[in-house]
Amino acid sequence: MTPAPRPLSPHLQIYKPQLTSVLSITHRLTGVVLSIGSLFLVWWLVAAASSDAAYASAQGFWGSWFGILLLVGWSFSLFFHLANGIRHLGWDAGYGFGLREAYFSGLVVLAASAALTLVAWIAGLVAWAPQ
Amino acid sequence: MSARDDMRTPLGRALGLGSAKEGVQHWWAQRVTAVALVPLVLWFVAALIAHLGAPRAAVFHWLGSPVPAILMLLFLAAAFHHLALGLQVVIEDYVEPAVARIAAIVVMKLIAYGFAVAGAYAVLRIAFGG
Repeated sequence: MTPAPRPLSPHLQIYKPQLTSVLSITHRLTGVVLSIGSLFLVWWLVAAASSDAAYASAQGFWGSWFGILLLVGWSFSLFFHLANGIRHLGWDAGYGFGLREAYFSGLVVLAASAALTLVAWIAGLVAWAPQ
Repeated sequence: MSARDDMRTPLGRALGLGSAKEGVQHWWAQRVTAVALVPLVLWFVAALIAHLGAPRAAVFHWLGSPVPAILMLLFLAAAFHHLALGLQVVIEDYVEPAVARIAAIVVMKLIAYGFAVAGAYAVLRIAFGG
């Protein structure tokens, strides 16, 4: 049985992108990105548990430009998903639904995730440098 | 609330599961793991920064202590439970037809729980001295 061709409600390609909708899809996107990252975390843990050679090759990967690029992407994704996740928990509790509040909390999420990423990498470079 | 204010049928109210057949269990587990992950993720990032470029012996020393090992196990459990619930919703939203959708969810859950167990095993092996 073929379903009757019903009219579609307005969707992603119809609406002009807004801060609220862009942050919403970014939350989902960063969630998927972080899911892939968690597989790499397990790979690193298993390498550390396995042998010196396996750990050395894992560390070599993380120290490469591609490994660092992934870490930068994952760190920003993590802080964004964390900050926007807290914003979502606020909504779940019934707070922040007003238009101005939703836009303000969205800007706070963007600023917080950028700032936390920057702080984490400065701390990381300081911790890394002496070795 | 009186029965008059409730839009559900008496049978629907008794079963309490709604149209998704599972009530709020999925939604609630997503929130509980989210709350747990807030402190765990901050600990995890700080611990990783402290061990950037660390030799293998330093990782063994770190996860050889009870508290970091327990926190790492909790982090893995909460993170993999949370991501399995999240990816399930993404698959439910985008994958058609139903056969492909159900297959994708099953494969995703097997991979997620498989990796969670692999990660936990690695942490335990390190914690108990390789």
